[in-house]
Amino acid sequence: MAQNHAVEFKGISKSFGHKIANEKVDLYLDRGVIMSLLGENGSGKTTLMNMLAGIYFPDEGEILIDGKPVVIRSPKDAFDNGIGMIHQHFKLVDVFTAAENIVLGLKEDGKLDRRKVSARVSEIAAKYGFEIDPDKKIYEMSVSEKQTVEIIKVLYRGADILILDEPTAVLTPQETAKLFRVLKAMREDGKSIILITHKLNEVMEISDVVAVLRKGQHVATVRTSETSEKELTEMMVGRTVTLDIDRPLPVDPKPRLTVAGLTVKDSEGVTKLDNVGMVAYGGEILGIAGIAGSGQKELLEAIAGLRHIQKGSIIYTPEHEAPAELVGKSPMEIKEAGVALAFVPEDRLGMGLVGGMGMTGNMLLRSWNKGRGIFVDTKAPEELAEKVLENLDVQTPSIDYPVRKLSGGNVQKVLVGREIASAPSVLMSAYAVRGLDINTSYTIYNLMTQQKMKGVAVIFVGEDLDVLLELCDRILVLCGGKVSGVVDARKATKEQIGLMMTSSDFIHSSPRPGETISQAEAMVAKSKEVRQND
Amino acid sequence: MTEKVPLIRLAKREDMARSRIWLIRLLAFVLALILGGLVFVIAGADPITAYSTMVAGSLGKVTGIRQVVKVAVPLLGTALALAPCFAMRYWNIGAEGQITMGAMMASFFALKMVNAMPSPVLLIVMGISAALMGALWAGIPAFFKAHWGTNETLFTLMMNYIAIGIVGWLQGGPWEGKPGSQIIPMFDEKAVLPSVFGVHIGWIIVLILTFLMYIYMTKTKHGYEIAVLGESENTARYAGMDVRRVMLRTACLSGGIAGLVGFMICSGADETLYQTVAGGVGFTAITVTWLAQLNPFAMIAISLLLAILSKGASTIQTTMGVPASISDIITGIILLCMLGCEFFINYKMIFRGHEEHPLAPTTAQNTEVPGVSPEAVKEVKA
Repeated sequence: MAQNHAVEFKGISKSFGHKIANEKVDLYLDRGVIMSLLGENGSGKTTLMNMLAGIYFPDEGEILIDGKPVVIRSPKDAFDNGIGMIHQHFKLVDVFTAAENIVLGLKEDGKLDRRKVSARVSEIAAKYGFEIDPDKKIYEMSVSEKQTVEIIKVLYRGADILILDEPTAVLTPQETAKLFRVLKAMREDGKSIILITHKLNEVMEISDVVAVLRKGQHVATVRTSETSEKELTEMMVGRTVTLDIDRPLPVDPKPRLTVAGLTVKDSEGVTKLDNVGMVAYGGEILGIAGIAGSGQKELLEAIAGLRHIQKGSIIYTPEHEAPAELVGKSPMEIKEAGVALAFVPEDRLGMGLVGGMGMTGNMLLRSWNKGRGIFVDTKAPEELAEKVLENLDVQTPSIDYPVRKLSGGNVQKVLVGREIASAPSVLMSAYAVRGLDINTSYTIYNLMTQQKMKGVAVIFVGEDLDVLLELCDRILVLCGGKVSGVVDARKATKEQIGLMMTSSDFIHSSPRPGETISQAEAMVAKSKEVRQND
Repeated sequence: MTEKVPLIRLAKREDMARSRIWLIRLLAFVLALILGGLVFVIAGADPITAYSTMVAGSLGKVTGIRQVVKVAVPLLGTALALAPCFAMRYWNIGAEGQITMGAMMASFFALKMVNAMPSPVLLIVMGISAALMGALWAGIPAFFKAHWGTNETLFTLMMNYIAIGIVGWLQGGPWEGKPGSQIIPMFDEKAVLPSVFGVHIGWIIVLILTFLMYIYMTKTKHGYEIAVLGESENTARYAGMDVRRVMLRTACLSGGIAGLVGFMICSGADETLYQTVAGGVGFTAITVTWLAQLNPFAMIAISLLLAILSKGASTIQTTMGVPASISDIITGIILLCMLGCEFFINYKMIFRGHEEHPLAPTTAQNTEVPGVSPEAVKEVKA
């Protein structure tokens, strides 16, 4: 048994046109092991895994499962070999239930016995500690629930080699903790798991071994217990990098944006922001922390004029100009006034970018309405696209190449680059580093700091508390649409913020107080755990 | 392992040279003609004679060419009308009704106000009123979609039947000519579009429209708004676009052009108003718009091609006794081949044992989206 690896890649190469995605990769994975696959954007991680999952076919080399060479020509072949992949973008039918999605495409004899399927799903769920309602429709599910369906789908098909592509990119810390518990249970059961990820702390926390890819080549596989985040980063990037964020003290901070009594309801009448008050100063980075869905998105959208505001005021004080009320202004007017929003949605392209257009067309999104006549001016956006391409080192064949075809990191650079280029005096960014690798993330952090030094009021909604504590000057904590406090980022601790994220008045108004408390505890516990690993 | 490698693999490709793309399209057309030839053989006709009769009938004589142009004008005009809607991913399949309502409005002036003004003024009034009526007819479903999210496909489709019904009622009732004839009288010549080179000047109007539509779609703010909205409503909103307004405006523009086409048909070609004034043009134009991939200039070629086929069909029916439905089959085959060849432009096939060296440059390109197209590499035959 021991001599046969669960999966082995031998000399696998794959290229797309002129671009080499993988070059002579030799890699193996044993049973009952969690392996992290680490690499920068475009280092060929996803391509390599897609070859295992039957989506791409290797140009060269062979894949061995349990020591036997196999040919994987389709996802079906992959399933027949016990391989299942959970993609970053879920492949589920929205109007079907979880159970229906799970059996979709299976060729089982006889009639579809829903009760039997549900029972089997519940059995798998119980075995590994998933929480799932087999009869719930996909469109009613949160991202994390959809992911659970995807995982059970491959387990149901008998997969014992699971590939997860950036599974935590869209999860909250609590959901991540839950996922990791499940993954550990699967490991105990002898399953092999490959995690494609960018988050080093997660790599250290969950995996047994780490394989690092760089420019399509396999650099090394190391035991997690024998390496460090720093060493991994160096292997990934190929040179020494410093992971410290430079945080100069704010110079002469002046109130730029004063929000008072802001109340926002969504289309169903649910209160999303409840009497929120805050001040953002020019020359500082104000972080916004909170459990996912605590009103971060709504707050930024309300300021940008994209949300209907029930009550409250947003006073904007530009430099050398009189204060102005933003409530009641159109998104266009607010943008013109110098308040920029760079929001990276969960699917990266849904808002703020047009996938089918090139960089020029996307730069035009900010300026299309400029000028008097009926024609659009493409000259300025073209110059801007060139500038962003150069300044942020966007990897694209040309400025007219559709941004949809760029890798995630480059898409984000285009978005953030455009917002920064408009020389805003308030820059709001949400999830700006979502799914980005370390190097690119730091590029974005540095851009934020540069803007701050220019006197811009930067509002940074982030998911990673460590980053918020390192990058920001002050952190505003939201909880259930209310402000539970503002802390000095240089002095606050993760535990303190974690508790504020689930503050007491939230617990009163929450329908499920028990869950909230346990989430907070999980979060604090997790941050401690990470510390110990450091 | 070579034995188990799939016989044919498909890989996405890009950056194909323009000349090669057109070569593939030409080959597809030739293939369609060969397949169509088989159909003629089955129907008992000599394919070469049949094809040459079709060409001779449609392009051989000046009258044939004139008739081809006459058929192509409404097709091109309507395809142009649909282009902005389709670019916005707004499925206006109500051009048929918009044409009919436009024609009805133009006919109202042609029949009832003919003595109220001189001919040029009358024609201009007819054209403008037709465009306004078409815009209104397209605006109703757009308004409902913009405000209450109704399904525009069904709504525009249903509006067709209402429009045709209205004209049917006028034809047999209030506007009927001789009692019992069920026909509306011919227009006075003051209400008939003048001809240039033997075809009503509608052909000049649509050519100008083609150029204007190209400019509108590619160079103007409106065109940009349409393109963004077609990609993502959220992005459009974020960019400060008034989504409802853009939707309504574009649908009305589309209906307006369709209404104008209705005016050209009744005033230029038919010289009266029939219930079947649109005669399926509103639907055929959908094919033209798609085949042209929303490019106005390509629409000229495609609408001419369809017009040649339809004129040729009636020629072989009269001279060779081959049913016109045979040429409908051939039209279908040609369209299928033209659409099918796009597949070979977007994908390449790799045969077992003929793999290019993996590290050598090929024409495929990484799509970068993980797992977006499982068909990118799929087994055709084991």
